[in-house]
Amino acid sequence: MELLWILVKILIVFGVVMLHVAYATYFERKVIGHMQVRMGPMRVGPHGLLQPIADGIKLFFKEDVIPTPADKQVFYAAPLICLISAVSSLAVIPFFEGFAIANINIGLLYIFALSSLASYGVVLSGWSSNSKYAFLGGLRSSAQVISYEIAMGLSLVGVMMMAGSLNLTDIVHAQMSSSFKIYLIPQFLGFFVFVVAMLAETNRTPFDLPEAETELVAGYFTEYSGMRFALFFLAEYIGMIIMSCIGVICFLGGWSGPFHVPGLPFFWFVIKVYLFIFFYYWVRATLPRYRYDQLMALGWKVLIPLALFNIVLTGTIKSISG
Amino acid sequence: MTPGTFLPSDYLPIMVMLIFATGFGVVTLWVGRYFRLRRPYAEKLEAYESGNPPSPPPRFRFSIKFYLIAILFVVFDVEAIFLYPWALVYDKIGIFAVVEMFLFIFLLLVGYAYAWRKEALEWEK
Repeated sequence: MELLWILVKILIVFGVVMLHVAYATYFERKVIGHMQVRMGPMRVGPHGLLQPIADGIKLFFKEDVIPTPADKQVFYAAPLICLISAVSSLAVIPFFEGFAIANINIGLLYIFALSSLASYGVVLSGWSSNSKYAFLGGLRSSAQVISYEIAMGLSLVGVMMMAGSLNLTDIVHAQMSSSFKIYLIPQFLGFFVFVVAMLAETNRTPFDLPEAETELVAGYFTEYSGMRFALFFLAEYIGMIIMSCIGVICFLGGWSGPFHVPGLPFFWFVIKVYLFIFFYYWVRATLPRYRYDQLMALGWKVLIPLALFNIVLTGTIKSISG
Repeated sequence: MTPGTFLPSDYLPIMVMLIFATGFGVVTLWVGRYFRLRRPYAEKLEAYESGNPPSPPPRFRFSIKFYLIAILFVVFDVEAIFLYPWALVYDKIGIFAVVEMFLFIFLLLVGYAYAWRKEALEWEK
């Protein structure tokens, strides 16, 4: 019986997230289109509303090309690793009061663990494709992801100190009872580091060097086509949603809001996640791509010291006021 | 509690989720097999190199910098993980936590300064 309830919850969350992924791609193309004074997708359905569905059907029926030089087993496994680690992260996100698939004490740590696992998918796909572009893309991506993971891990230490918990539900509760209601104000440094690291972790512009089209074609998934490509694509967008959720939970007060919306307990959570997603696209339409050495220098020489400074600052202020 | 009897039941949903995610990926790929085209020929199956015939094998030697980044990652990530339990009990251990923070971050900064000094953080010199 309990198992059935878990399954129902998983199906609901998964369904909702998949729908969001589909329309996140549509939203992205529309937002960027309008920012560049174009219309974006307009052909399929009214205002192109059915575009993501058409894309999905197309990808499903596309030929699955497996290049001869590829290392077959690893080539098959890599997109699955990416997808599994992205989808499983959804298990600990509390979408509103009392609703999380698994309310565990190590929530944040679990998400970090899974996002580290995702980089295996990237490295393995780059290696197993046995193609130059994929190989270079995989190398770059793994170096980038592990560099920014440190900054991201350190940027959230301030939040942990203030909340005294890794449980995502407890972090939201601690925020509600704190003096500013959201951690964005006392943790603005941490938030800044988190947002930059978030963009880099999900390989989004201006840090999308692993898949820089002009030099590396599509980066680590150059050799993938059809449904296997779609799995990488899904993993990337689910990763964006997860990172947005973490940002909302740790800095923007989760599902709490200025007033209660009857019947929609997840209203504020969803609005804040949409803001984050919009921010991703806004950045993409605005900023040019970084150079690789600049990217590494930013991660190691700016973000890590800033995050450490934030920890010291938080600790000092807490012990003085505490 | 007797050893071996603890059941981490809070983690059951996580296990179900992992199985579900794996199942989703495998089933979509497997079902798709019966619907998609399959018309391979030698040129299509070559590694993509902008239309040129693939030149020397792609598993060439790559920059040592990537190894260096990996080693630095291990060091710093482990240190970050050590900060987590400390951050969680910060309120409970009082002044000891503050002293410990300055000590630990000082040690971390020594290593960091060394790496910087040795130009391990420079991508190109």
